[in-house]
Amino acid sequence: MTRVGLLRLAVIVGAVVALELLIRTGIVPRFTIIPPSEMATALVGVLASGKFKIDITVTLSNVAMAIASSMIVGVAAGTLLQGAPAVRRIFDPLFATYYAIPMYAFYPLLIVIFGLGDMPQICIGFLLAVMAVIINTINGLDRVPRVLLKAAQVHRMSVWRTARRIRLPYATPYIFTGFKLAVAYSFIGVIGAEFITSSRGIGYEIAYAYNNFDNPLMYSLILFILVIVISVNMSLHTWEKRLMARRRR
Amino acid sequence: MSLAGASPAPASGAVHVSLRGVSRIYPGRAAQPALHALGPIDLDLAPGEFFAVVGPSGCGKSTLLDVMAGLATVSAGSITFEGRSVNGAVPDGVGVVFQEDASFPWLTVTDNVAFGLREIGTPEATVKEKVSYALNFMGLGDFTQAYPAQLSGGMRQRVCIARTLVLEPRLILLDEPFGALDQQTRLLMGDELLRLWRETGATVLLITHALDEATMLADRVGVMSARPGRFLELVKTGWPRERDSTIVADSRFGQLTSRIWTLLRAESLRAMGHSRIAR
Repeated sequence: MTRVGLLRLAVIVGAVVALELLIRTGIVPRFTIIPPSEMATALVGVLASGKFKIDITVTLSNVAMAIASSMIVGVAAGTLLQGAPAVRRIFDPLFATYYAIPMYAFYPLLIVIFGLGDMPQICIGFLLAVMAVIINTINGLDRVPRVLLKAAQVHRMSVWRTARRIRLPYATPYIFTGFKLAVAYSFIGVIGAEFITSSRGIGYEIAYAYNNFDNPLMYSLILFILVIVISVNMSLHTWEKRLMARRRR
Repeated sequence: MSLAGASPAPASGAVHVSLRGVSRIYPGRAAQPALHALGPIDLDLAPGEFFAVVGPSGCGKSTLLDVMAGLATVSAGSITFEGRSVNGAVPDGVGVVFQEDASFPWLTVTDNVAFGLREIGTPEATVKEKVSYALNFMGLGDFTQAYPAQLSGGMRQRVCIARTLVLEPRLILLDEPFGALDQQTRLLMGDELLRLWRETGATVLLITHALDEATMLADRVGVMSARPGRFLELVKTGWPRERDSTIVADSRFGQLTSRIWTLLRAESLRAMGHSRIAR
């Protein structure tokens, strides 16, 4: 491990140990937060009991659905919009203000449309994620050098083949940035929505534990989400680095 | 296996590419007047001829290449390649090498060179054979699995030339392909270009800003005027087909280069607005 890596690890371990000590010495009351060691043991117990298997499966598959749908729709819409400047100009103000819209405000509407199943949660995740994919796809396609498009002309490629074989491959690193954001937004959207009116999922179980003053369960589930999101992000980061290594000039 | 296309052997009097009264005018926009970039130009290239174009900056050299390649349309006149009209679509058998790096950064050297062959549905066994020949021919044999980012500018340009070569073009258009390279690399690439030209039997049109490069490489050098670009004179070099960069030491090399420079000097000064010095 590098020097920076070691220091980073030291900071994290130090913070966890400090929190543990603050709680064990009573400076921070146990009623507010339980010691990290107890969170970890509670989490092991929770996972071993298999009690939340369905909730975990539901949350993770809904997140996956939100990621997949936002990627498919986002890349397609971004490609079409980038190829049609007139249409793009019409939608331009929307790109800038999209994230000013509080998506959760539409939750009642989504329940009216889709009922109480998984769809409202997936929809919120999708709505949050899709614009990041669209914007990054357009950004990547905008940067394709003119000479590569001329090369496509010399190879007598159609508009469709040029998009598939030249423009999108060139834009891949930018689309990957959109993908990373889509993953983060999908977790935020789905788990946030589960808090509001869902009857299952990790977000729902955290809210349920909170309402019942079940601190060990609540903190163990929060810890679980943290571990999942951090490991997903770290593997995406590693993947991106490997992808970029061959492209860097 | 070789790189030779189906091009006919150079025969006197035969015409491979023909331009008649070709001009290109960029239409004006709101607050911009129309720009007469090129022409009128008349030019005949013989099969297997090496033709170089020099001219002051901004004289429309690249525009000439674009319309000849079919990358841009002509505003007036006509271009024929092998007897068929070219206007705004790249004909089969034409290869183009650009000044800017046109290698595909997401593909290995091998996949870059194989790109065009795969695009036209060549069987993979044939692709392999042709690509490995072109890679060795261009001295890229040790870099087959490298990505363009790992190569120098000169090597990336070799990749682009190899990518054009494997398609066995009968007309190769090069737009200042060595413009971004240092002087030594340029001379060596010039030798490679001559070798490639002899091997393929293709007709070559090279656009360059380097007079020595034009004189050294070409059978004829077209000297262009300032914008709108027209040919002031077509200078015959009279070099033998077997030649390389050592001809820079030939006494006629200096004479030819200075002849071209005399023509070009006045035009360049005029293009830069120094009309009084030029006259």
